[in-house]
Amino acid sequence: MFRRFTDRPEQAVTITVDGREISAKATDSVAAAMFAAGITTCRTTVVDARARGPYCMMGVCFDCLVIVDGVGSRQGCMTRVRDGMVVESQKGRREIGR
Amino acid sequence: MTHDYDIAVIGGGLVGTAIAYGLAKTGQRVALLDEDDRARRASVANFSLIWVQTKGLGMPEYSDWSRGAADLWPDFRDEIAALTGIDLAFSQPGGFHLCLSEAEVDARALQLARINAQAGMSPLPYEILGHNAVREMLPDIGPEVVGASYCPLDGQCNSMRLFWGLHTAFARLGGHYRSDHRVESLTASGGGFVASTAVGSVAAGKVVIAAGNDSRRLGAMVGIDAQVRPQRGQVLVTERMKPFLHYPTITVRQADEGSVMLGDAIEEENPSLVVGTDVLAKMADRARRMFPGLSKVNIVRTWAAQRVMTKDGCPIYDESREHPGAFVANCHSGVTLAPRHAQTLAPLIASSRVKAELPAFGTGRFDVSTVH
Repeated sequence: MFRRFTDRPEQAVTITVDGREISAKATDSVAAAMFAAGITTCRTTVVDARARGPYCMMGVCFDCLVIVDGVGSRQGCMTRVRDGMVVESQKGRREIGR
Repeated sequence: MTHDYDIAVIGGGLVGTAIAYGLAKTGQRVALLDEDDRARRASVANFSLIWVQTKGLGMPEYSDWSRGAADLWPDFRDEIAALTGIDLAFSQPGGFHLCLSEAEVDARALQLARINAQAGMSPLPYEILGHNAVREMLPDIGPEVVGASYCPLDGQCNSMRLFWGLHTAFARLGGHYRSDHRVESLTASGGGFVASTAVGSVAAGKVVIAAGNDSRRLGAMVGIDAQVRPQRGQVLVTERMKPFLHYPTITVRQADEGSVMLGDAIEEENPSLVVGTDVLAKMADRARRMFPGLSKVNIVRTWAAQRVMTKDGCPIYDESREHPGAFVANCHSGVTLAPRHAQTLAPLIASSRVKAELPAFGTGRFDVSTVH
């Protein structure tokens, strides 16, 4: 569904999303890396558990919330990937302590 | 003279609406006169608690009044649900007042002991608990929680649904709600009262002033000295979270829909409705020390509001000596006392027995010439 505008060479990093390893570019946001890997759903809503994915990609819609390295409700579009980062989709409401 | 209504209630917040609903239940023709959406509504400062354990020091009648309200809540919840289909999300698991130092625990224990030492009231059931006992019921507390008081009578509800439920129930019973009716003047006339607003006048046989901090202005027009003052509070609300806090505490509670509310501020003589980050930061810090797992949670809303506070913190219920038929009802616990106002106070207003049945709550207690 999504493709990158350029193929300029960049350092590659590896992150895991819900246990699956995906390759990303070092300047990607988490949301962009997920899109590039074909993952379009990152969370379910807190009220009626509907699927949501990144929408605005500029930090305002809060639809791209994910759990990053054990911390919930991170904005995937505003978080830069880092090699070894562990990303989990966020199911419904956040849990205390993570 | 014929009146438009048997009774006009001035003030469409939690207190006025509960009374108006109760009056409509007694068969009165009731008008509920409210301001518009810009009103400095004291109900905005509510914390959705049904709270008994801190009430009534200096006035044992207020302890019994609050306790009776908590006892009425289950039936009241059922009654509103039957009439409107609205679930008030009431629960009564008991409530905690968490303490972050030994001094705070000592102060709690002293206050509760002093309340219960008063003659003429039913002693409150409560326990002073240490850290480990609290943690058995609230597993997410942090190491800085030294102890707590726990009272099994305390509970919580969804106050927005309470507000919606009361307004809906009032309308179902034929009550007339009038928005944009800020009462500019109130005059005794023809054996009743005329409330004048920018959009016309309303004539009623009786009038109930439940206008929060505006009650002092309105009371003076009918010979009632309603000595209330605004007391500022602030609230922080987090994103929705999975249930973890199964008991309300007086400063941190989890709403039925998942949000965590933090409310821990009392500020005098600050009329502003603009939030203050210094106070908000202290509130958030205390909440984080109570529940360290909240440290990284996002705050999504915050607001400031002005509570209605009397000199002794207890409600005012009275009828004017100068103009019988004019009543006043003011308190800062419109959530806790909602069933009391609907089921006990409203019938006393309808039958003009407020002074006879609730003498302790009269304005005369603030009259220095009668105290000394």
